[in-house]
Amino acid sequence: MRVTVRLFARLRDIAGAAELSRDIALGSTIGDLWRQLAREFPELARYERSISTAINADYARMDQMVGDGDEVAFLPPVSGG
Amino acid sequence: MEAFAIGPVPLDLEQIAAAVGGDGADGAVVTFLGLVRNHNMGRRVRYLEYEAYEPLALKAFGRIASEIGERWPKARLALHHRVGRLEVGEASVAIVVRSPHRGEAYSACRYAIERVKQIAPIWKREFFEGGDVWIEGATANPDDARARAEAERVACA
Repeated sequence: MRVTVRLFARLRDIAGAAELSRDIALGSTIGDLWRQLAREFPELARYERSISTAINADYARMDQMVGDGDEVAFLPPVSGG
Repeated sequence: MEAFAIGPVPLDLEQIAAAVGGDGADGAVVTFLGLVRNHNMGRRVRYLEYEAYEPLALKAFGRIASEIGERWPKARLALHHRVGRLEVGEASVAIVVRSPHRGEAYSACRYAIERVKQIAPIWKREFFEGGDVWIEGATANPDDARARAEAERVACA
């Protein structure tokens, strides 16, 4: 299945793109998708413990399942205000 | 004017205050403007660039408003955050709280900015003399009860 990945701030800089389209296996979790990206962009790996994630613009957990066509966002630590 | 907004337009506090409206029952309006400072951690800041995951950030603002509604039931919130390039002295965030009494308005306003910094998916990139860096603060987790309690403690100190 195919998902859209959204990356922000430093994560976007590392991947060189704000949005990516990726194929992942049926039944994958957000964590699986993250590990796939971290293999592709090794500099992402150090964010493993500090990122937040969202599915279709709702906060989610890394063990949540991803569905075909979902938008999955990875968020480095925030700094608004 | 919407109560919650994110965009590149300069923040107009009076217009934002109008978004919380109100009737004769309110006795207090507390406002907060966050400004771009010309120094940070010993660096001379030239300007900042903000970005947001807008749909999620707007939901986070709504969540902050409902948390305020639980803790200070008569307080009402407007919250706007700017994105894009901001120069030193410009406002990045504007918060307005109206309520019948000043105590809850002050507390709810402080609570709102603390929660923005904890859970709003917004980032600033600092351009200083000699380089630039993404500022990374809190790992956003709206369900983290400890973070929420800390924001409430600060708000009521």
